[in-house]
Amino acid sequence: MQNIAKVYRTDTVQTHALRDVDLAVEEGEFVAVAGRSGSGKTTLLNIAGLLETFDTGTYLLDGEDVSLLSDSARSKLRGEKIGFVFQGFNLIPELSVFDNVDVPLRYRGMRAAERKRRVTDVLETVGLGGRARHLPAQLSGGQQQRVAIARALVGEPRFLLADEPTGNLDSTTAEGVMALLAELHAGGATIIIVTHDAGLAARAGRVIAIADGRVSEQAD
Amino acid sequence: MFAYYIRLALISLRKDAVISVLMICAIALGIGACMTFVNVSYVRGLDPIPHKSSELFAVQLDSWSPHRPYSEEGTPPRQLTYLDASALMQARRAHRQAAMTGASFVVLPEGENARPFNASGRATYADFFAMFDVPFLFGGAWDARMDESGEQVAVLSRPTNERLFGGEDSVGRDVNLNGRNFRVYGVLDEYEPLPKFYDPHTGFTAPPADVFVPFELMASLRLPRRGNTSCWKSVGDGFEAFLASECVWIQFWAELRNAEEKQGYVAFLDNYVNEQKRLGRFERPLNNRLRDVTQWIDDHYEDEGVVLLIGVGVMFLFVCLLNMMGLLLAKFFGKAPEIGLRRALGASKKALFAQHMVETGCVGVAGGALGVVITWLALHGVALLFGEGGEDELPEILTFQGPMIAAAVALAIVSALAAGVYPTWRACNVPAATLVKTQ
Repeated sequence: MQNIAKVYRTDTVQTHALRDVDLAVEEGEFVAVAGRSGSGKTTLLNIAGLLETFDTGTYLLDGEDVSLLSDSARSKLRGEKIGFVFQGFNLIPELSVFDNVDVPLRYRGMRAAERKRRVTDVLETVGLGGRARHLPAQLSGGQQQRVAIARALVGEPRFLLADEPTGNLDSTTAEGVMALLAELHAGGATIIIVTHDAGLAARAGRVIAIADGRVSEQAD
Repeated sequence: MFAYYIRLALISLRKDAVISVLMICAIALGIGACMTFVNVSYVRGLDPIPHKSSELFAVQLDSWSPHRPYSEEGTPPRQLTYLDASALMQARRAHRQAAMTGASFVVLPEGENARPFNASGRATYADFFAMFDVPFLFGGAWDARMDESGEQVAVLSRPTNERLFGGEDSVGRDVNLNGRNFRVYGVLDEYEPLPKFYDPHTGFTAPPADVFVPFELMASLRLPRRGNTSCWKSVGDGFEAFLASECVWIQFWAELRNAEEKQGYVAFLDNYVNEQKRLGRFERPLNNRLRDVTQWIDDHYEDEGVVLLIGVGVMFLFVCLLNMMGLLLAKFFGKAPEIGLRRALGASKKALFAQHMVETGCVGVAGGALGVVITWLALHGVALLFGEGGEDELPEILTFQGPMIAAAVALAIVSALAAGVYPTWRACNVPAATLVKTQ
């Protein structure tokens, strides 16, 4: 990202969420974005994940200028290269664990047998192989977040973006989730995690501090 | 993906069961109201005898009051007086012709424990059967000689023959009608012209008569009439005075095979009326009409204001769709976080639009199915309230279910999709990031 700026506008108010952000993340890095509430870290993550557009600047994802892409091309890129983990898990309550994890693959037009293989494998990876037919409400918070991580991983994305992935978990469960992310990173995944917890941020390979929409510090 | 979208739609509809039921009911009511009127018009707009509908003509003569027209549009009466019908029959100037009227019978079946029942009748001439291509199962039509002599013969409908004689060949056997014995001369095969064009006055969608007898018996036996009688002049006492009156109560049909025959018949009618004028009748200007089957049906159709009713039905459907649109907006607004999530997981706007249009289409299918049931119930109501045939009309109104059910469901789906476009478009265009954050 180079000189990325994002302004939210209403009829009367302009809010500068990001100002002149320069950021480069290499493949295989584990980066934590830390900052207080309202500092702009979620906006940064949304732009990185192609969920939001930006007003000025340049963003090259895997060498491709995303500002030139159509909505459907951005969706395709998002589905193929990016995995999301949200603070609120964001599971669809009416769908089983299997079907929740299956969602990203559906939009990639993958065949049923391949989808089944991938979902089964990734659920085994996160330790939920025996819960495939359960509904999210039948799982604990930690298990739900594991389902969300499985859903982010099932498409074998190049980037995993996590927004406060432990924000709704107790410390023991949060520790388990972070251990899982660390394990994924060790397996070669590129991870960007947003957190306001300095302890969790310290487990990343690099920490980016953000305040008032500006990247104020980058530390290894 | 279509099967996946169907599955998601069913899950979503179950999740918001109350809203789903309301949407389905809204579209079902709209479809029910609209299709009820469309059904009625559909039946009445059918050509019941397409191979010769342009050769069959209803005869109208303006024998009405010199002081006021029969109708505001200036059209002559739809029926003839006994005097005129008899005169036209005696002249026999068409290839075929038949005067006719509805009649009522009490049928007394054979057997000690048999119970009498009411039957609808039609008094007409032998040409009726050949002119309208009426099929026979047993026997045939009586002949012209019996028309004149008024012999007590009868042609039974197939259901009546089944009821009286168990479906056997009853030709030559006697049937007791209004306390008199009639010899069965023929039994009809299936014959259900829809609409029953030749006599709208006894129910346009009612089945044909149970019993057919020679027209002459109306006068000689003074059979009870069934149908509509209109008079503009006071009638003297007694049946003979009624027959000699200016009351119109007889339908008259002529078969004219080509333009030449038609032209000749028009001239004949004009001559007849001018002759009657000289005798002091037909005080209105010359106003004879020959309406072929489709024109005849169209005239009746307009009179009944069915077109207006269809308009009301369509407006009602529109109001129901507006309600459905409001419910869809509420529903999809509630689903916004899920839509945002799916966007984040790789769904394009196009895919989400398709998914939610399938969901809307499912509402349309369910609404269409319920709408068919409502239409069916409404048609029963219409037949019971307005059909002169009462319960007898029901099977006839409902015999065309196939294409109209398909049309009802198709209309429901198209309507639902139309109502769903805006709510779906709105839902798919809310920024995904906002939705993900709010879930």
